[in-house]
Amino acid sequence: MTCLLQAQDVSVRYGSLAALTGVDLCVHDGQRHALIGPNGAGKTTLLNVIGGSTKPQRGSVRFAGRNVGRLGPAARARRGINRIHQRPAVFPTLTATENVVVAALPRVIRRRRWWPGGTRRTAQHRAGSLLEQMGLADVAAVPAGHLAHGQRRQLEIAMALAGRPRLLLLDEPAAGLSATEVGRLVDLLRALPRAVAVLLVEHRLDLVYALSDTVTVLRDGRTLAAGTPDEIRTSPLVRQAYADGVS
Amino acid sequence: MMDEVIRRVRRSVAALVLVGLVVAPWVVDDYTAAILARTLALALVGVSVALLTGVAGMPTLGQTAPYAAGAYACAVVGSQISDVGVVQLVVAAGAGAVLAALTVPLVVPARGVIVLMITLAICELVVTVLGRWRSVTGGTDGLAGIAAVRPFWGLPALASDQARYLYTLVVVATLVGAVLLLLRTRVGLVLRAGRDDETRLRASGHRVPLYLSGAHILAGAIAGAAGSLLVVAQQYISPADFGFDTSALLLLGVVIGGTASVGGALVGAALVIAVRDWLFGVLPGHAPLVLGVLFVATVYLLPSGVKRVRGPRDRSQPPTVPPSRPDATPARDHATVPELRA
Repeated sequence: MTCLLQAQDVSVRYGSLAALTGVDLCVHDGQRHALIGPNGAGKTTLLNVIGGSTKPQRGSVRFAGRNVGRLGPAARARRGINRIHQRPAVFPTLTATENVVVAALPRVIRRRRWWPGGTRRTAQHRAGSLLEQMGLADVAAVPAGHLAHGQRRQLEIAMALAGRPRLLLLDEPAAGLSATEVGRLVDLLRALPRAVAVLLVEHRLDLVYALSDTVTVLRDGRTLAAGTPDEIRTSPLVRQAYADGVS
Repeated sequence: MMDEVIRRVRRSVAALVLVGLVVAPWVVDDYTAAILARTLALALVGVSVALLTGVAGMPTLGQTAPYAAGAYACAVVGSQISDVGVVQLVVAAGAGAVLAALTVPLVVPARGVIVLMITLAICELVVTVLGRWRSVTGGTDGLAGIAAVRPFWGLPALASDQARYLYTLVVVATLVGAVLLLLRTRVGLVLRAGRDDETRLRASGHRVPLYLSGAHILAGAIAGAAGSLLVVAQQYISPADFGFDTSALLLLGVVIGGTASVGGALVGAALVIAVRDWLFGVLPGHAPLVLGVLFVATVYLLPSGVKRVRGPRDRSQPPTVPPSRPDATPARDHATVPELRA
């Protein structure tokens, strides 16, 4: 089975600090893959490399069979790699609906290039159904800057899905959420279409084990272990790493 | 209730201003009509400043550059090729757009204060070129004796200040209406989103530089068209019409009117220019002082501009946000998810 996303021998240095050293990663179509490890392990750096906001000094990133290493975040998003940030990134002065419409437009424009009048309507329709799905229909007309943190997180997921991604990068989606909101988030992520592959970076192992099919453990910028959640849970290497002070 | 009252008052004031603008030529003298026409032209440049500063998030001090390009292109065409207003408008808008397009590589990649500095430098360069290119621009003496404009082929020339004012009013109303319509399309939505968070917009897959370049060129075309209206109103232009003080006053007017509002920019720019021109006669030498006081008072009392006077429960206030509907995605307590208890 070929990889949807394949990162090979990725290395990133910040001055004398090696953030990533020769990391390999493969995510298949529809797979839920988690990246875990202690602070400074290189999880977010790897996500940045895949999302296009950090250029690696060495290694390659291929997506859907194509080398995307030279592409920026916008071009990667148009190819199907969308990201949810650690701190919900929304457009605060636009309403929830307008936020999702903006996120849906690149995809809609590409499909309906010759019917410009219909693009806004199509995006609006898609935004309505996504907000309904996320339970945000009641706040559709509220500026995103006035939404609660948990609602902004749901809105950001709706925005990411509006672009019909093939791979969703989730950077600590549970950060700052209450227990109830985490429960809702788990439901939302489980309800994602199987066509969407997920690469999840998360400190909370309970969340990782609940959501992922496979897990990669990073430590000091290198791959420590990779396998199913059960294999990772029982791995002596990982236990040792976590005994050394991983949260 | 209070919102409704404020909304009605706002609409009434807007309607009164519109009626006043339409009937003005029949109730004011020639001099005032000429000042009003010039003020409208500058207010249209203010709209282009608001489009860049408030909508696209690129604060600018350089819109007098395409304004000057449009005015001189119009003056040259009006003197040597055609006295038809539509032709002059198209040429002026084209000249403004071309100048803006040429400066895209300098302006669009920059952000914040850097944009202000680059656009100011462009403005100063253009004014310097206008002052030295005597064979075309007449140098610092400017171009005078430009023929009165005819709005369309077959129509008589606009011989009076009142007629020229009405022509200016129609063009400004048409262009402002077009800008307002554009801002209601997806292009306006994407520009506003980019002003909020450009990085997020890129992450959604939008070609942000393309939108910003388009906004810059469009604003240049609007300023260029405004330059044509200045020529129609004054029948004389010189580099002094396009200096730094005009740029600064326009930005001041847009800030006073509310940067994110096209109507507010129109009102603010018109207010500032009118205060400057009328007080020049009434309080000689004191107009800058009054403008300074007006600016400080606006920033302190109405930080969002005069157009943004809002009721107590208007959108600037955080609305009551209902919680997400639980039935759409049933929320479960974290502890009730078996896997999460591990």
